[in-house]
Amino acid sequence: MARLHEYQGKQQLAKEGVLTPHGAAATTPDAARAIAAEIGRPVMVKAQVWVTGRAGLGAIRKAATPDEAALIAEALLGQRIKNLTVTEVLVEEQLDIAREFYAGVIVDDRAQAPLVIFSSAGGTGIEEIAVAHPDKVARTHVDIERGFLDYQARDLVRRTGISGKLQSELGDLLVRLYQVARGCEARSAEINPLVLTAEGKLVAADCRITVDDYAVFRHPELGIEIAREYDRPPTPLEKIAYAVEAQDYRGTFYFIQMAEGFQRGEGYIGFHGAGGGGSMMSMDALLRQGFKVATFVDTSGNPPASKVYRAAKIVLAVGPIDGYFSSGSGVASQEQFYSARGFFKAFLEAQVEVPIVVRLGGNGEDRAVEILEGLNGRIPAPVEGYKKDDSPDFCVQRLATLIGEQAEKRESEKAEKRKGEKAGERSRETLYTFPGPTGTVTLDHALCATCASKVCVEACARHILALNAEGLPVLAITPEEAQKGRCVECLACEVDCLLYGAGGGHVDLPIAGLDA
Amino acid sequence: MAILIDQNKRVLVQGITGREGMARAKLMTEYGTQVVAGVTPGRGGERVEGVPVYDTVLEAWEQVGPLDVSVLFIPAPLVKSAALEAIDAGVKLLVIVPDRVPIYDVLSIAARAQAVGARFIGPNTLGVLSPGKAVLGMMGGRASAAKSWFIPGPVGISSRSGGITSSMAYYLAREGIGATTLVHVGGDAVVGMPHPEVLLEFERDPETQVVVMFGEIGTSQEERAADLIEAGAFTKPLIACIGGKAARQGTRFSHAGAIVEGGRGTYEGKVERLREVGATVVDSFMDLPAATKAVLAKMG
Repeated sequence: MARLHEYQGKQQLAKEGVLTPHGAAATTPDAARAIAAEIGRPVMVKAQVWVTGRAGLGAIRKAATPDEAALIAEALLGQRIKNLTVTEVLVEEQLDIAREFYAGVIVDDRAQAPLVIFSSAGGTGIEEIAVAHPDKVARTHVDIERGFLDYQARDLVRRTGISGKLQSELGDLLVRLYQVARGCEARSAEINPLVLTAEGKLVAADCRITVDDYAVFRHPELGIEIAREYDRPPTPLEKIAYAVEAQDYRGTFYFIQMAEGFQRGEGYIGFHGAGGGGSMMSMDALLRQGFKVATFVDTSGNPPASKVYRAAKIVLAVGPIDGYFSSGSGVASQEQFYSARGFFKAFLEAQVEVPIVVRLGGNGEDRAVEILEGLNGRIPAPVEGYKKDDSPDFCVQRLATLIGEQAEKRESEKAEKRKGEKAGERSRETLYTFPGPTGTVTLDHALCATCASKVCVEACARHILALNAEGLPVLAITPEEAQKGRCVECLACEVDCLLYGAGGGHVDLPIAGLDA
Repeated sequence: MAILIDQNKRVLVQGITGREGMARAKLMTEYGTQVVAGVTPGRGGERVEGVPVYDTVLEAWEQVGPLDVSVLFIPAPLVKSAALEAIDAGVKLLVIVPDRVPIYDVLSIAARAQAVGARFIGPNTLGVLSPGKAVLGMMGGRASAAKSWFIPGPVGISSRSGGITSSMAYYLAREGIGATTLVHVGGDAVVGMPHPEVLLEFERDPETQVVVMFGEIGTSQEERAADLIEAGAFTKPLIACIGGKAARQGTRFSHAGAIVEGGRGTYEGKVERLREVGATVVDSFMDLPAATKAVLAKMG
C-alpha cells in the first residue's frame, strides 16, 4: 500500500480545510533553519519516515531556535531509522496542547464500507486505549453513495461524551477527514493526535494516510512513485520492475528484492513464483531446504510470455544467485508454455550458468516442459522442468542436487566459458518487422526461406501470421492491429522457431532501466 | 447439486471481445457453461465463438432473455461501471475476474449489490467451477484439462488463492475425492463473497458433505468462518489450511487497522480460532488430501 509522508498527508488535510501546524518539509539543515526562522517560534523537527513511535526513537525533537533546528536536521538527515534512511524532515510550530483526540477512517472488509473511528482520548497507545476504555471510542460505517453526513459525525462524537461547540467542531473535522480519505482513495487515513490547543483550535498534529495501490493511477497529484508498501525505499531493480508492471496491465508481476550484496555460494536463490498462495508455499519449500531467497516474484493471472521474460531478466540482474527456482500452485489454469517461452528467452539471452528448476504444472505442462528443457545444451546451466504431480519439496531437492553437482564440477574443471548463441549479423534487406504492444518482432526472411516447418504460423497464439506468395511468414493483419494487442507477445515466433524452425525469429522486448 | 453455477445457468460475458474474454468464453462453453450472450460497448452485432455480442447488458437481456450470471473480463479501471450496469439490468450474480480494481470502486459495487440483493465473487478471482457441470471465469483453463483434473464428489472447496483452488481440487481428485463446487473467493482485501458466505452456500447444498478451505493471513474471513461454526450456522466438517505462516511480519497495519481487527488476521490467531470451534487445521497444504480422506472415512 502506498503510504504518504506526514507532511504530504497534512497537505491533503489542509486542502480540505483542516488546520495543520505552520511549517514545511526540508531536505537540508539550511532549509530547516530558514523554515524555523520564518515560523519565528520554537519548532518541532520530525523525521519523515514510515515508522510508528517516532518520538521514542528520537526521530521527533524540539528546537528552541533556528540554529538548533538546523543542528537537529543535520543529525536526522541521512540517519537510518529501522530500515529507512531519513531524506526529509518536517519543521513546524510547536503546539500548546490542551487535549488530544484520535480520528481515523479505514476501509472495513467485513462491512464492505468505510468505517470512521473517533476516540476522545488520543496520542500514543491508541490501540491500548481502545481496549481498556471502549466507552471512549465510537465508530460508524459510511454509506459510500451518500457520503459521511454532518449529523452522523456529530453523533459519533456525542457517543464519546463530548457536547457543545467542541462536538460541532469535531464533527465538522471528521467530515473533512472522510472527504480527504475518499478523495485520495485511502485504505486508511488517520490523525493522531488530533490536538485541541490552549487557544481552542483543533489542529492535526500528525497524519498517516495509506492510499489504495490500485487507485494510485487516478492520483498523479499525490506524486507516488511506486504503489507498493515497502518497509524501506524501493531498490533500483524494484523501480524497474514496477515500471514493467505499470506499463502492461496483462496479468500480474509482483517483485520484491529480498537481498542485496550477497556472493555466490551463500545459498541465495532467485525465486520466481506464480500466484500468491502457490508462491508462498513454494518459497516455504526453499526455506525448509536451507536456501535463502534473493527475490520474491509472482507472475500470474495469465501474463503474456513477454512479461514473464522481463520478470526473469530482472530476477537474473539481482546478483550472483546459486540457482533459479520457479514454482506456483502446480495446477495452473493458464497455459504454461507461454511462461516457459518467457523463461527460455531470458535464460538463453543471459546464458545462465547456475542450475534452473521450474515447476510448470498445469495447462499445457507437457509442451511447457519440452520448451524449457530445450535450453539444455544451449546454455551452460542444467535446466529441469517439472509438472503438477511433482511437489515443491521434490523440486527444491532437485535444485539442491544440481547445485551440489555443479559445485563439484567447478572444482575439477575450470568452467570453460561458452559463447552465447548470438545470431550473426543479419542482412537488412531480408528482415521483416512489425510492432507488438511492448516490443518489436523481427523475422529474418533469409532464414525463413530455409525453414521447413514454418512453425511460427501455426504456433502463434492469435494466428496473426500467414505465408505470403513466396512462402514466407508475414502479418495477416495490419501492423497497427498487431501493436494494439492482436499480437499478444506469446514469443512462439522466437522460441518455437529456434527449437523447431530455422531460428529466424526474434522479439525485441526492451526493459527500461535494465538494458545497458 | 452444486453451488452458484451449474449447466442450467444462463451466463453473460462482459468484455467478450478482449484477449481474455474471447479465450475464456470459448473455454467456458466447451466445459459446459451456457454462455448465451456477450457485451462490449461499440461492438454490438459481432459474434465471438458463435455467441452474439451486444452493446449493453440491457440489450443482451432483451434479445436473449434472462441472464443469471455475468462474468467480467474488463480492464480494472472500467470494472465499476460494467458491474453496476449488470446489477442494474437485473443480473444477480457477478464474477469479477480482473485484478487491481480500486477498493472504493468495489465498495460502490458492494453497496449497490446489497441494495438490490445481488452478489459478486471477486474481484481478482479465478472463478467458480462445478465439476462435470459448468465453469465461470478462468478456472481449470482448457476444458479437456479441467475435465480430467476435477471430478464430482462430496467436497466443497473455498480458497483465497486461485492456483491453490485448482491444485487442492486436483490433489483431492488424485486420491479419488471429488468436489461439488470450487470457489476462488478472490485475492483482494474486500471481496463480494468471502469464506463465510461461501460456507453458508455449502451448508444449504445437500450434496456437499465437508468443506475444504484455504485461508491466508490478513482480513477476518477465517475468523468469521469460525464464528459461523460456533453459532451453529455452519454444521458440516471443515478442513482448513492457512497460508502465509512464513510471510514477512513488519508491515503493520495502521492504528485504525489494529483497532478494527483487534488481533484478528494473524496466522496463529486464525489457526487457534478454527481449532477452538472444532475445525481440522493442517500445517501443510500437501496434508489436506489425507486429512479430508480421514474426515470422510469417519463420516462413513
